[in-house]
This record gives sequence, structure tokens and C-alpha cells, in this order.
Amino acid sequence: MTVTAPVPRLVDQFERGLDAPICLTWELTYACNLSCVHCLSSSGKRDPRELSTQQCKDIIDELERMQVFYVNIGGGEPTVRSDFWELVDYATEHHVGVKFSTNGVRITPEVAAKLAASDYVDVQISLDGATAEVNDAVRGPGSFAMAVRALENLRDAGFGDAKISVVVTRHNVDQLDDFKELADRYGATLRITRLRPSGRGADVWDELHPTPAQQVQLYDWLVAHGEGVLTGDSFFHLSGLGEPGALAGLNLCGAGRVVCLIDPVGDVYACPFAIHENFLAGNILSDNGFQNIWQNSELFRDLREPQSAGACGSCGHYDSCRGGCMAAKFFTGLPMDGPDPECVEGYGEPALARERDKPKPSVDHSRSAGRKASGPVPLTLLSAPPKKFCNESPV
Amino acid sequence: MNTGTSQGSFDPDRRWRLHPQVAVRPEPFGALLYHFGTRKLSFLKNRTIVEVVNLLADHPDVRSACRAAGVDDDAQGPYLHALGVLAQSKMLVAEEDQ
Repeated sequence: MTVTAPVPRLVDQFERGLDAPICLTWELTYACNLSCVHCLSSSGKRDPRELSTQQCKDIIDELERMQVFYVNIGGGEPTVRSDFWELVDYATEHHVGVKFSTNGVRITPEVAAKLAASDYVDVQISLDGATAEVNDAVRGPGSFAMAVRALENLRDAGFGDAKISVVVTRHNVDQLDDFKELADRYGATLRITRLRPSGRGADVWDELHPTPAQQVQLYDWLVAHGEGVLTGDSFFHLSGLGEPGALAGLNLCGAGRVVCLIDPVGDVYACPFAIHENFLAGNILSDNGFQNIWQNSELFRDLREPQSAGACGSCGHYDSCRGGCMAAKFFTGLPMDGPDPECVEGYGEPALARERDKPKPSVDHSRSAGRKASGPVPLTLLSAPPKKFCNESPV
Repeated sequence: MNTGTSQGSFDPDRRWRLHPQVAVRPEPFGALLYHFGTRKLSFLKNRTIVEVVNLLADHPDVRSACRAAGVDDDAQGPYLHALGVLAQSKMLVAEEDQ
């Protein structure tokens, strides 16, 4: 779609932000039947202030007016909301496409048949191990079987191209080929994303994030599989490991520029990996609607200003990774203008070894009896960095 | 949904139009395109190409749509290329194929 005249590169256009997000993540509920150890949103219990059906519909109306193309619905487990299907139908009827992430709990044969009949709904099943052993250690007992049942139901109903969403960890990085096979078996597409130290992920990141050697292994695998595997542009922090452009995707943090997060009570955050008061732009109910927050919040305006390369300014890879993921740095207690904790040049390791203050979570809906990872556990996380740019690369 | 466009060939002598599942969002630089069927995002990187795309359906062939948008025949090369890319990704469909 390139056309003649010298226009600013798209990445520069995006860096300054768009009048409306391309897509956004919408966590519909903090309620969840599982309690994954790495949950980005520290989900478990429903928040009593959760938006009502009508309030959700009003937001959809606003997204339609702004021409937000689609929403990535998550949670929590979004399908446990009794009005979930009503909201999905309402969104697609109002030209807001829906992709939703689920652990599969409500994907019965009947639901799968209904989903197969819609062109506007995309389904993403979360799975963090290619075997029950690896998966269930992170996501909880029975969660592997539940996800596979959902995939079977979708396939049997003729639902085309479901997504299997995997967060790469130290314990499943050797299973990438197995995940691909699993996806092929169900006519699905594999989507792998980066483990982020957000939410409960902060508690398990040290033990679960891939080692430097595994990062290289992961990078090589991604390059070999190219566009056939989705990443949510999650791994741009690794792009310095090879030639520019070898890794498919956009090297840009989209937080507050082209994406954002709406949480179950209507709070708007810069990105799905940054549910913390420092990244809170406003509340849809009390700050005069989503559009006002998107276009006028002080936080989002700041994020659209040129960012300082800081300590990374002299690094030859800065153009590739732009200092990595804002949320990954923040939640590991690293300075925002320094290297990513998983910097491919190895600058993250010494930074992590130094004295650092990890921020306290400002939002937590975990059940008090939540599972705790004890000892070395195979785990995974589900997400992408604040540099993440929706689910596909637009360039 | 089979749009029936023949593999990789973009015939500018035919009438083309936006795929019915494609949404166009105006932007300062041009426009964003989103295809709800393929779930792909694309860009129109200036306002002239946006105008061309919007005029396609009103004209019996692509060249006359370009002319109507003020793009002379000898300047059409990059526009035809861009439209060809859009056709390949099913953002555009040839009229007979719908």
C-alpha cells in the first residue's frame, strides 16, 4: 500500500498516536474460574463495581462512533458474565469486531456452533503447556483438558481458524513445535506471546521467564516460522538478535498511542500489561467517556511525546527494540529509560541484580485462597508488551 | 467467503470496489482499512489514494477512477500498484466476482 509522495513513516504516525485506537483490550470481568499463577490482571473475584450491561453497550456505541475496528475481550474469564453473548452480539451488530480470550470453560458444542456462524468473532483459547503437566502447573488442575475440549468443540462445529494463545515460559519453550502440531490438529493458528511481570506475573516472573539462551532459541524459532505464527508483536525486544526485519511485526510500543485497556469497572489503562495506578488514564464513567480519555488524558498525551532513550541511547540496537517493554521494566522495578529486563545485549541481568524496588500492585482481585507456585513450576503468562500492537502487524 | 479474484492478477480494466466486509477509517495521513473477514489491517498512506478507493465503485474501470481523483494516466503507476496490493489481500473485489 505504499504510495509515492514522502509521507512520514507509519511508525512515526503511530508514535504520535491516533485519534482512536485501532483496537483495544477490554477485560469484561475480574471473575475467573481459574487462578493462573501469572495472571496479568490478578483476576479471581468479581469486582462489585463491574460495569452493567447497559454501561457496556454505551461504551460499544462510543467505540462504534470512533470506528475502533475491534476489541480483544478478556478478563478474568469473560464468558462467565451472564450477558457475555449479548454483548458480543451487540458489538458485532454495531461494527465493532470481537476477539475474545477464554480458558474454554463455556465453549460447549452449542456455543461452538453459534460462533462458527459468525464472521465477526474470533476465539482465542489460552494454553500454557502442550501437555497437561506443564499447562496445569501454571493454569491449574483440569485446565488443559478444558482447553482441549473447547478446541475439539470448535473444530467439530466447523469454526475456522481458532487461535491457541501461549505465553512462553522457561518450562514450555521446548514445546513450541508441539504447540504448532496441536494447533494444526485443530485447524487453529498458534499465537505465542511474552511472559510479563504484570499482575500476579510479578510474583513468578523470576522463575518463569525464559533464560537468555532460551530467548535465542525462541527468536530462532519465531524467525523460522515467520508469519505462520502470531505474536501480537510481543517479542520486539528480541529483534536485536538478528537482521532488522527478520522478526515479523512492528517495533513500537502501542500503549496509549494505538491501543489501550478498559478494565471491568471502566478504568482505562495504557495497555493490558500495565494495570497500575501509574498507567491509569481515567475512568469512563467519571471522566466523561472513553473518547475524552483517549484524546485528552494527560498520561496518553505524555506517552505520545517522543520518549527518551536514556541509558539505551548509545546502544546500536535501540532502533530495533526502543528500550523494550515499558510494563516489563516498571513491574520489575527497573528505570523506564533503561534496558528491558530481557535485553538481548545482556544489560537487563546486571540491572536486575542491583537493588530495586518492585512496585506494589494497586489492583488485585485474586482469591485469597489462590494457588501459589511452590518450588520450580512450569508456568506461563498470557500477553504482550506495551510495545505490542494489536494482534497483527499492520505493516 | 470466496471473492473469486484470480490469483495475483489485478486487471485495471475492470470495475473494482471495496470488499463489503472492509471498514475505512479516515486518518490525517490517509486512512486505515480493516477487513472483518480476514482480520487484516491495511493503510492508505495519502489522501489521494483514499479518494481513488472511494471512487472505484462509481467507475467502470480503475483508470477512470484514478482520473476522477485527479491522477493523470502517466502518474497512475504507483496507484495501480497499491490497488493491486489491496486486491491481493482481498480488500478490493472485482465487480463480476461478488
